[in-house]
Amino acid sequence: MTVQASTTETPDAASAPRSSSPRAARGTARRSAAGIWFVLPFTVLFAVFLIWPLIAGLWASFTDRSLAKEDSSFVGLANWIEMFGDPAVWQSLWVTLLFTLITVPPLVAIALAMALLTHRATARIGWFLRFSYFAPFLMPVAVVTLIWEWMYQPEFGMINDVLATVGIPGASWLTGEDTVLPAIALTTVWWTVGFNYLLYLAALQGIPVYLYEAAALDGAGAWRRFTSITVPMVRRTTTLIVLLQMVASLKLFDQAYLMTNGSGGPNYAARPIIGYIFESGFTGLRIGYASAISYLFFAVIIVVSVLQLRLFSRKEDAA
Amino acid sequence: MTSAPRTAAERPGPPAGLASPQPRRRLKVTPGGAAIAVLALFLAVVWLLPLVWAILTSLKPEPETTAVPVRWLPLEPTFEAYRTVIARGELMQWLMNSVIVSVMVTGLTLVTCVMAAYAFSKTEFWGRQWLFALFIAGILVPPQVLIVPLFDEMTFLGLVDTYWGVALPQVVAPVMIFILKRFFDAIPRDYEEAARIDGAGHLRVLWNVVLPMSVPILAAVGIFTFVQAWNNFLWPFVATTDPALMTVPVGLGTVQSAYGILYAQQMAASVLGAVPLIVVFMLFQRQVVRGVTDAGLK
Repeated sequence: MTVQASTTETPDAASAPRSSSPRAARGTARRSAAGIWFVLPFTVLFAVFLIWPLIAGLWASFTDRSLAKEDSSFVGLANWIEMFGDPAVWQSLWVTLLFTLITVPPLVAIALAMALLTHRATARIGWFLRFSYFAPFLMPVAVVTLIWEWMYQPEFGMINDVLATVGIPGASWLTGEDTVLPAIALTTVWWTVGFNYLLYLAALQGIPVYLYEAAALDGAGAWRRFTSITVPMVRRTTTLIVLLQMVASLKLFDQAYLMTNGSGGPNYAARPIIGYIFESGFTGLRIGYASAISYLFFAVIIVVSVLQLRLFSRKEDAA
Repeated sequence: MTSAPRTAAERPGPPAGLASPQPRRRLKVTPGGAAIAVLALFLAVVWLLPLVWAILTSLKPEPETTAVPVRWLPLEPTFEAYRTVIARGELMQWLMNSVIVSVMVTGLTLVTCVMAAYAFSKTEFWGRQWLFALFIAGILVPPQVLIVPLFDEMTFLGLVDTYWGVALPQVVAPVMIFILKRFFDAIPRDYEEAARIDGAGHLRVLWNVVLPMSVPILAAVGIFTFVQAWNNFLWPFVATTDPALMTVPVGLGTVQSAYGILYAQQMAASVLGAVPLIVVFMLFQRQVVRGVTDAGLK
């Protein structure tokens, strides 16, 4: 793709030498260099705020680096060995996985249900539906947790009040060892389902209407149209949502930290692995140890992502 | 999509989109359709309940918030809680900080990612593929893994408790480059070649040719970045210790809860902290949904 000045017989030819002959010359000479200047700003930020901490963290995981003192010394694999023998690491990892297991299915299913309900709605109520389903996603986490902590209040909270009217005994949700994580999960589903919903909505709108019309003419019922047209047509979106959602759920921290006031809940029942990294690094001041656990967490994310990709791509090949 | 001739009349606005769901099938109201509408509305009301509850609580006088049995509607609605929260000033400061940080993050993300995406899409340079692969690999790194060493680095750079310290690490979102590049790739070469023949440099091509054709995707990337920056908790929480520099999520999450059980005030602060984003979203709703569609995320 070479642009040669001689091929241009435009009326601008007269003005071209005046304004752009040095520039044009530079343009062709440095054609291969221009792109570098364009990627440079991002590359610098990428190097300073992603690559460097990634390397520094790996290095720190082999040292006894601490926020409490200036210098540190190399301790080899000591942090890593300690980590593998630390029950708090496995316990917090289990909390994270459990949270992921109980949040991903509803976050996918409810999002699809909401998108289907909205997709078939009239324009008049459609606006209201989109707003209601998506609005919570726009709330800052602190607002979400303040509202829900208040709703979970055992004596004067909304949840127990509603349960009481149906005749179900309430609970002290955020202070019970068995209830704290499900309570946080419920809050999370309410808060974040809107994003998946939006992706599904976009996918549904991409399905050509004639498919449904043709199916209806052939006598296919609503359920048949759903299973034979809608589900296959949104399969790619489902793959994407499940992948994004699993990784997002594995990153649990903010709402768990805030809803337990940083305590991790009774018996650490709601302390995810990022919570333990945070504690080790900033409360325990042990940067080296926290870095080692960070890398364990990173490895978990990678393994889960790779497993999922392989699983899904195999399924799509088969289909 | 469903581009009927009638949408051509409203051309300047985004066509079709969510606002005009295929009109034809709506004409007759079937029992099934009515049931779906009822179900949809019921779910919408349930989903809004926590917000309604928060707003109602914010309008109660403080003693009424903890009354037993629970009363949903305030007996004597009052804006007292809002007055107190606003008068205390902290929340306004946090809102201000959130605006500053989110605008910085969004602006820097758009500038750096657009430039990089343009370079990957429209120019040739040594190491291009390699660098692009590196950025894509960067998507895999969860920012949460980086907080501890990042804090260490920020301490060293003297950026803890500064707006730059809060904003800069949030700019590194390679996924935005990926999305933008895919969009730029779809712009026919003819346009930029014509511009280049007329003597335009890369900056001119980007500014006068590529960007005007990319408004929906820029809006989508911009809004999502803004929402993310506004709601981000972990990094701003780590990077600020001075309450005067906290963003809304950090201030509300850490300082506000320290006031304890003044629920009406907490809810008033929550409502105030949530309103700006909801307004932003309502203004740009169409662009967001169109952007999601255009970005090929479906």
